[in-house]
Amino acid sequence: MAENKLQKYMNDGLGWIDARFPLTANIKAHLTEYYAPKNFNFWYFFGSLALLVLVMQILTGIFLTMNYKPDAELAFASVEYIMRDVSWGWLIRYMHSTGASMFFVVVYLHMFRGVIYGSYRNPRELIWLFGVGIFLCLMGEAFFGYLLPWGQMSFWGAQVIINLFSSIPFVGPDISLWLRGDYMVSDATLNRFFAFHVIALPLVLLGLVVAHLIALHEVGSNNPDGVEIKKHKDPVTHIPLDGIPFHPYYTVKDLVGVSVFLIVFSAIIFFLPEMGGYFLEANNFIPADPLKTPPHIAPVWYFTPYYSILRAVPPILNSQFPGVAAMGLSVVAFAFLPWIDRSPVKSIRYRGTLYKKWLAAFVVSFLILGYLGTEPSNIWGQFGAGIPLVGGADRATIVARIFTAVYFAFFALMPWYTKIDKTKPVPERVTE
Amino acid sequence: MANHEVDKGKRRFLIAATTAVGGVAAVSVAVPFVASMLPSERAKAAGAPVEADISKVEPGAMITVEWRGKPVWIVNRNQEMLDMLAKHDDKLSDPKLDVKSQQPAYCDNSTRSIKPNLMVLVGICTHLGCSPSPKLQAGADMGDAWPGGFFCPCHGSKFDLAGRVFSGSPAPINLVVPPHKYLSDSILLIGEDSNGAA
Amino acid sequence: MKKQILWLVAFAFSLLITNAVANEGVKLDKAPIDAGNEASLQRGAKMFVNYCLNCHSAAYMRYNRLADIGLTEAQIKSNLLFASEKVGDTMTVAMQKKEAKQWFGATPPDLTVEARARGADWLYSYLRGFYRDDTRPTGWNNVVYDKVAMPHVLWQLQGQQILKLDEKTESHTLVLDKPGSMSPAEYDEAVADLVNYLVFMAEPAKAKRMQLGLIVLLFLGLMFVVTYYLKKEYWKDIH
Repeated sequence: MAENKLQKYMNDGLGWIDARFPLTANIKAHLTEYYAPKNFNFWYFFGSLALLVLVMQILTGIFLTMNYKPDAELAFASVEYIMRDVSWGWLIRYMHSTGASMFFVVVYLHMFRGVIYGSYRNPRELIWLFGVGIFLCLMGEAFFGYLLPWGQMSFWGAQVIINLFSSIPFVGPDISLWLRGDYMVSDATLNRFFAFHVIALPLVLLGLVVAHLIALHEVGSNNPDGVEIKKHKDPVTHIPLDGIPFHPYYTVKDLVGVSVFLIVFSAIIFFLPEMGGYFLEANNFIPADPLKTPPHIAPVWYFTPYYSILRAVPPILNSQFPGVAAMGLSVVAFAFLPWIDRSPVKSIRYRGTLYKKWLAAFVVSFLILGYLGTEPSNIWGQFGAGIPLVGGADRATIVARIFTAVYFAFFALMPWYTKIDKTKPVPERVTE
Repeated sequence: MANHEVDKGKRRFLIAATTAVGGVAAVSVAVPFVASMLPSERAKAAGAPVEADISKVEPGAMITVEWRGKPVWIVNRNQEMLDMLAKHDDKLSDPKLDVKSQQPAYCDNSTRSIKPNLMVLVGICTHLGCSPSPKLQAGADMGDAWPGGFFCPCHGSKFDLAGRVFSGSPAPINLVVPPHKYLSDSILLIGEDSNGAA
Repeated sequence: MKKQILWLVAFAFSLLITNAVANEGVKLDKAPIDAGNEASLQRGAKMFVNYCLNCHSAAYMRYNRLADIGLTEAQIKSNLLFASEKVGDTMTVAMQKKEAKQWFGATPPDLTVEARARGADWLYSYLRGFYRDDTRPTGWNNVVYDKVAMPHVLWQLQGQQILKLDEKTESHTLVLDKPGSMSPAEYDEAVADLVNYLVFMAEPAKAKRMQLGLIVLLFLGLMFVVTYYLKKEYWKDIH
């Protein structure tokens, strides 16, 4: 009897809310009666993980902001204050710095899933475009956030990247001056980057994530077979035959994914927060010194493939702009995928060998360009002076140029090789 | 889809177990965040006990030192001032120090102090936090009946030379006596007593 | 296909790791860091306060944090606090930055997180790498940091080294020309203590971090098991 009374109160309460706010309707539409394909695999964990990391970064970010000082004289010291004097400050700091890198790990894997299963294809182009927007915002967010500790890498990394904008023809130097708010990266720059990092971009990011999810729920998820589950519905219930309610099946499955992720995440924050200098760089433990450039500047690891491309393109007509443009294009290229992919099939499972070879080449290029971006261009020495064409040039630069070409070719030639590729027949229903 | 009997009992158990583990996780994560808002080591260091040299304070005079951002008065009461203390209990709101929280146990006496002549008080009015002005001399511009003490300019609260509040004041309770101890005859430590640092 | 991709990723990752570990430039000796050795850390703290804190600050390190290496407040006060510092104060130094730059040519950097910036091996090799060089204003140079502005503060302990050119191999080696108050082995140990302390000072929370990490990972292991079985139970509906 007591249980019924409690249930009655809860039902009445829920009814009161539902009369004024579509709570139950939304729970049904997006959780308990939202049908996702039943054949999601390992690659499908990363969307929910990205959302988890976003929430974590916001939470840890809020608490860092309670003690961080966005002033060039105080910033570096305030980070050490957090690490030492604030109770548990070190933990919150490591969660945030590791979370930033893990955000990119998760997002790159999430994007890769989209690529291999054709999740960007009709009718999901807009989900993909919102995703590209999120990726660009994330890169901006990371870039602005990296200046905040005001270490040597923070300072010089920002200096170099902002100077890239100067190479834009005609308006470049003015844009750089406007971005910096000063003639050199300074306190003015730090303060505005703080504003961008803490409120401006997070708001945009949240908006884009919501749009991304709304667009997803409008058309429903893709799956590893690239088969549209909405094509085969139960005649009576109209539920897709290969669909299962997101809640409880995928909420429960995503919990396992979260557990595994947290194990990896915790192993890093508690045992290896610097990650050999890739997540927290040694040079950033030296306060920013505008008069002294560290011998070796490299961007954080998640930017290195694009940085490699930037360096690989030589100055043309005394302008660095072609390199900058190439770097920009290398990121934006992802946005074109829905339209340059001319294959009749979505998923890599049914594509031909041509596509698979090009994809493998792209992945290899991405990784090698990424590695090269962490090193100075003379890391592999030079070619002998006498050799034609490449004589005297840095070996690493030549290699970077080759893989830059492969990287762009993956996109540029896609309309051709996806069209002529010999595909396999796609099943009507999903395979387990 | 399901072509078998759903084991409801097992599901309920597993949901309960997951909820329990998840609950522990959530609380464990919340603890560091909430704790991080407590005073940091820097705040604690800044709020550390303060030493005051009382060797030069003349009888009838007073010095002020800062402790935790607040003024702390050290008044060297002369005999005349001490004699006055017992004579106006009927004009005080809490002459017998019934509100125990306003002074440490070792100051729960007729002079509200360790040494009879030296009065240590936090100079913050117990009404709304202004710092009262010292009116140590009897009479003067406070009227003939004034035995000496402190007058708060904000809303007119009055306190005697033991920090006890006069009736009719907006302030409800006596001024706070901070934890303190004498390191020697000339050095007073404010903010720490035999029970440790405040 | 997926397997090949995973192999490629693993290979790439291994390249990154070896890269992170690889050494560039000067050969550095391995610093014998023993983070759990409180006696060593305490000796190192004393050396730091006596020799380094005159010119270098450690502005982010509070004296009372030394409780983490087993010192009581009384011990800190009697052995390590001088002048008017209080135990809750940070290790700041009296020398003004401008004056320091005038006297030495470079401002002695704050050392609180130097061990995270340079690494323990660098510091260990540096402190043992000074040699007499009359071409330098201080009379000292260093094999790890060429033309360093810092004099060899510990010369009375180590003695004076000189750089000897080996005719055959055409390489320079450090040779102890005049002995100091410590034997080479004793000096190495003292420097190890100091570097041990510097590593501690750069991240005092490290020991606690690793202890807590173990508990967290064990708990997460439990969480994984529970969520896994919950998933398996519900997914019986599907398979």
